[in-house]
Amino acid sequence: MSAPTLVDFDDVVDRYDPMLGLEVHVELSTNTKMFCGCPTEFGAEPNTQVCPTCLGLPGSLPVVNRTAVESAIRIGLALNCDIAPWGRFARKNYFYPDMPKNFQTSQYDEPIAVNGHLDVTLEDGTVVRVEIERAHMEEDTGKSLHVGGATGRIHGAEYSLLDYNRAGVPLIEIVTKMIPDTGARAPEVARAYVTALRDLIRSLGVSDVRMDQGSMRCDVNLSLSPRGSGILGTRSETKNVNSLRSVERAVRYEMSRHAGVLDAGDKVVQETRHFQEDTASTRSGRIKETSEDYRYFPEPDLVPIAPSAEWVEELRGTLPELPWERRARIQREWGLSDAELRDLVNAEALDLVAATVDAGAPSGDARSWWVSYLSQQANTRGVVLDALPITPAQLARVIELVTSGELNNKLARQVVDGVLEGEGEPDEVVAKRGLAVVSDDGALIAAVDEALAAQPDVAEKIRGGKVAAAGAIVGAVMKATKGQADAKRVRELIIERCGA
Amino acid sequence: MSPDSPSSGGAITRDEVAHLARLARLAVTDDELGVFAGQLDVILGAVARVGEVAADDIPPTSHSVPLENVFRPDERRPSLTQEQALSGAPAAEGGRFRVPQILGEEQ
Amino acid sequence: MNDDLTRLSAAELATRIHSREVSAVEAAQAHLDRIEAVDGDVHAFLHVGAQAALESATLVDESLAAGTAPASPLAGVPLALKDVLTTTDMPTTVGSRILEGWRPPYDATVTSRLRAAGITILGKTNMDEFAMGSSTEYSAYGPTHNPWALDRIPGGSGGGSAAALAAFEAPLAIGTDTGGSIRQPASMTGTVGVKPTYGGVSRYGLVACASSLDQAGPCARTVLDAALLHEIIGGHDPLDSTSIDAPVPAVVEAARRGAEGDLRGLRVGVVRELTGEGYQAGVQENFDAALRELEKLGAEVVEVSAPHFQYGLAAYYLILPSEVSSNLARFDAMRYGLRVDKGASAEEVMAATREAGFGPEVKRRIILGTYALSSGYYDAYYGQAQKVRTLISRDFAAAFEQADVLVSPTAPTTAFPIGDKVDDPLAMYLNDLATIPTNLAGTAAMSVPSGVAAEDGLPTGLQIMAPALGEAVMYRVGAAYEAARDAADGSAFATRAPELEVRA
Repeated sequence: MSAPTLVDFDDVVDRYDPMLGLEVHVELSTNTKMFCGCPTEFGAEPNTQVCPTCLGLPGSLPVVNRTAVESAIRIGLALNCDIAPWGRFARKNYFYPDMPKNFQTSQYDEPIAVNGHLDVTLEDGTVVRVEIERAHMEEDTGKSLHVGGATGRIHGAEYSLLDYNRAGVPLIEIVTKMIPDTGARAPEVARAYVTALRDLIRSLGVSDVRMDQGSMRCDVNLSLSPRGSGILGTRSETKNVNSLRSVERAVRYEMSRHAGVLDAGDKVVQETRHFQEDTASTRSGRIKETSEDYRYFPEPDLVPIAPSAEWVEELRGTLPELPWERRARIQREWGLSDAELRDLVNAEALDLVAATVDAGAPSGDARSWWVSYLSQQANTRGVVLDALPITPAQLARVIELVTSGELNNKLARQVVDGVLEGEGEPDEVVAKRGLAVVSDDGALIAAVDEALAAQPDVAEKIRGGKVAAAGAIVGAVMKATKGQADAKRVRELIIERCGA
Repeated sequence: MSPDSPSSGGAITRDEVAHLARLARLAVTDDELGVFAGQLDVILGAVARVGEVAADDIPPTSHSVPLENVFRPDERRPSLTQEQALSGAPAAEGGRFRVPQILGEEQ
Repeated sequence: MNDDLTRLSAAELATRIHSREVSAVEAAQAHLDRIEAVDGDVHAFLHVGAQAALESATLVDESLAAGTAPASPLAGVPLALKDVLTTTDMPTTVGSRILEGWRPPYDATVTSRLRAAGITILGKTNMDEFAMGSSTEYSAYGPTHNPWALDRIPGGSGGGSAAALAAFEAPLAIGTDTGGSIRQPASMTGTVGVKPTYGGVSRYGLVACASSLDQAGPCARTVLDAALLHEIIGGHDPLDSTSIDAPVPAVVEAARRGAEGDLRGLRVGVVRELTGEGYQAGVQENFDAALRELEKLGAEVVEVSAPHFQYGLAAYYLILPSEVSSNLARFDAMRYGLRVDKGASAEEVMAATREAGFGPEVKRRIILGTYALSSGYYDAYYGQAQKVRTLISRDFAAAFEQADVLVSPTAPTTAFPIGDKVDDPLAMYLNDLATIPTNLAGTAAMSVPSGVAAEDGLPTGLQIMAPALGEAVMYRVGAAYEAARDAADGSAFATRAPELEVRA
């Protein structure tokens, strides 16, 4: 297949309107799977979290996890959806080796939540309302490992190895309506939506929403129509979009690719494509010999779910403070400007700062650490901020040590570095690296006297009342004590020794 | 109703049977195609009788017991051991089920 | 002595075991010997677990010797288990090549309950592949022969369980009934078979044919024995979402009460659409005689109409294949069962394995179901069949307004010769005309022997149908009729089966 012609992005949006749709799968962090009592933890030995039901053994039967249903309803409520008063699971029939029953138990035309919306704030503060079509429950598939061939990918593999630990883990699929009129901002809107959804679901405490671990996955649907024509274009569905950055890049790439196809007078093929992280492009799946027909029908092994109004209201009562409510409160409490708040949000630092404040640190200090020093560290390491191996509680302890004078800022950074290097808790790093501020006046006085003796002219100036000249002596003492002295105390001692 | 609906009494063709067999992952033989096409035609002729019932206003029954909201608590039950899980496997390797190369894409 | 033990009812055998007149091991051994002697001709069993059976019986004997009360009224009594329920100590093949030799890592709930009740499981019985068939000829392991006439079919799909009873290889058996697979073989072998209310017995570990229709149930030679077994296997199971969370109907008490022979105050409805044309003469005669017997017992016989029953067969042969096509998709050579290594890809191996591992009837129904669920046909076929299902349930509801139980012949004919209908699927399907409506509605029904047909000397069955969870009245009527019939004949019905040749 020849490489697709890509049209320059600015050119695309000059001549086409993008229509964007997003399908996000969220793995719930319930104790057990959707339909059986197996654990859902990530990373166990293969095929040790399986039972007859999630392995699809003959004779096994599913039973719905109540907590998964409650999580689905809570997600629906947080997305301003209507909760369906009655609905059934259906079977989606297709053969694939990672699916033990060769059908997926899913909600098809009777989803538990419909017709909601999520307001999404873009980087510059613009708010876009994304309409939610539905949120429904289904089960995850197993995982395959492709052996042989060059890349470990499915193509060229000699055989595959299957682990069904993930099979049957509860999934909530959240589907937007088509998002119109995003124009050049389509990539940004897509990213902002997924980010907002992630924050919302995290606040509900129902999922880890870790895109890097696959507990949140995104499919991007995109089509173009000639600018202002209102004619719906043919859409592509891009799977495998596994980071926030990829969401943005996938939309951008597909817009350029669609425009290339349309400009050439060709038709866009309605197909599933796969996002390629390394090249930031998408690749077509294998063209199937037969068109897919999933032959949905109501799952006879499960009875309908009919949430009563009382149950739904009870669950509504369990909703925590949602992200936008929390942001408003934090802005008020910390006295932040809109821009300051946005910076925090855009740096993905809000939760971390809030947690640090909760652990006892002043908000100003907490903000400054996360937004500057730690953000730099995350950048250097190429990880997202919350993947840094330091907890808000640990940072709060460092800040506490600074406030109490036991550390100065320079030492505090060294302590944080130690924590990031895995040397233990802040106090352990202080002890191991010997980073405590020298507060023993005896030792400091000796250092001060030595410095004064070494620079008699400066000492004379100070004695003569030019207190500002003390800076040079402070510097010398700090150097002599390898930065471990409390500069303020050193200055006091200098003035004391000079009798100024 | 669509033109190919059963009431039109169109015969089921070998090609259709072949398509269905592909969907159902059955590598049927040429001989079987002919036999099945003939038999399914007779059977479909008989079962198409459901179309004679005027049932526009009748709700469908998917479950014969009038049960709703059957849930289990989110509590763990013992899983199988890896050995039990793999006990029936035609082939296994490193604690995983070993299967021939997969051609299609994940869905 | 040993031979005598195989002729006893389960209730009588249990009494002797619990009074320690005979041991559970002796009872098990007697039946294992009988299997050894006659099963070469009958072929009721696919697997006999002699050692496990004797071990289980030994535990019962030890427990009784220690003065412990029996674990259940049937502790120590042997049983034949249909090979569709999973067992950890025996293979579970469902009569199919695709599961040849498969050893499940778990027990079905029914299996667990049998074990907990101290019942001795002798082995696994033959069946039509995946319970699809009405003659047991579609078993991948060869047909079962009717003990009443070895050249005839024993009915199906549970022909193995029914034949085991009729051949005195076991006094109890478990069957499963999706469209008549317990009742029709009972009718053909002169035994008692009960299809409980859908949701009355757990389906966990029952290898699915059609999930919304399948139901396991008790098989025996007497109504009381079936009732005793029913109470052991029935009841709520949290592992089956469709299991009814209600007490098991008091069927043992009802059977005992029925045997007293008084049915005054009960109305028995004859379903007009399930008699007459299409029913073999001897079947109809015995049915009419049974009605007279019921009247003599004091029941009022009324005629009821169920106008939509005539569409039952058509609806059934859409719903069942649809569910089958999905339920049987998991047999794909990836995780368990047969793998035919033909082709380089998983897809090719799946297709080659399924082609080689499934028999023609299974393939036919998979293809039919795939068709009925296809997007262009769903509404006309599957959707419409589900509406007919609603109408059939409504017919039942209306009929049960007029009668406490409904009756019909269980099957339109007596047992036919092996090979007669094997290549004519539609003719085979007609066997289940009278039994299917009950499965579609999820209600309860049983078959009780109603004599032998005058023209061929083969057994016929009386079907008694009851509303959902209405098993008590059904057992009462069944037991009353059975007692009256035996009194009229001067002997228990099952003892009239011809003697089988015993091989050393």
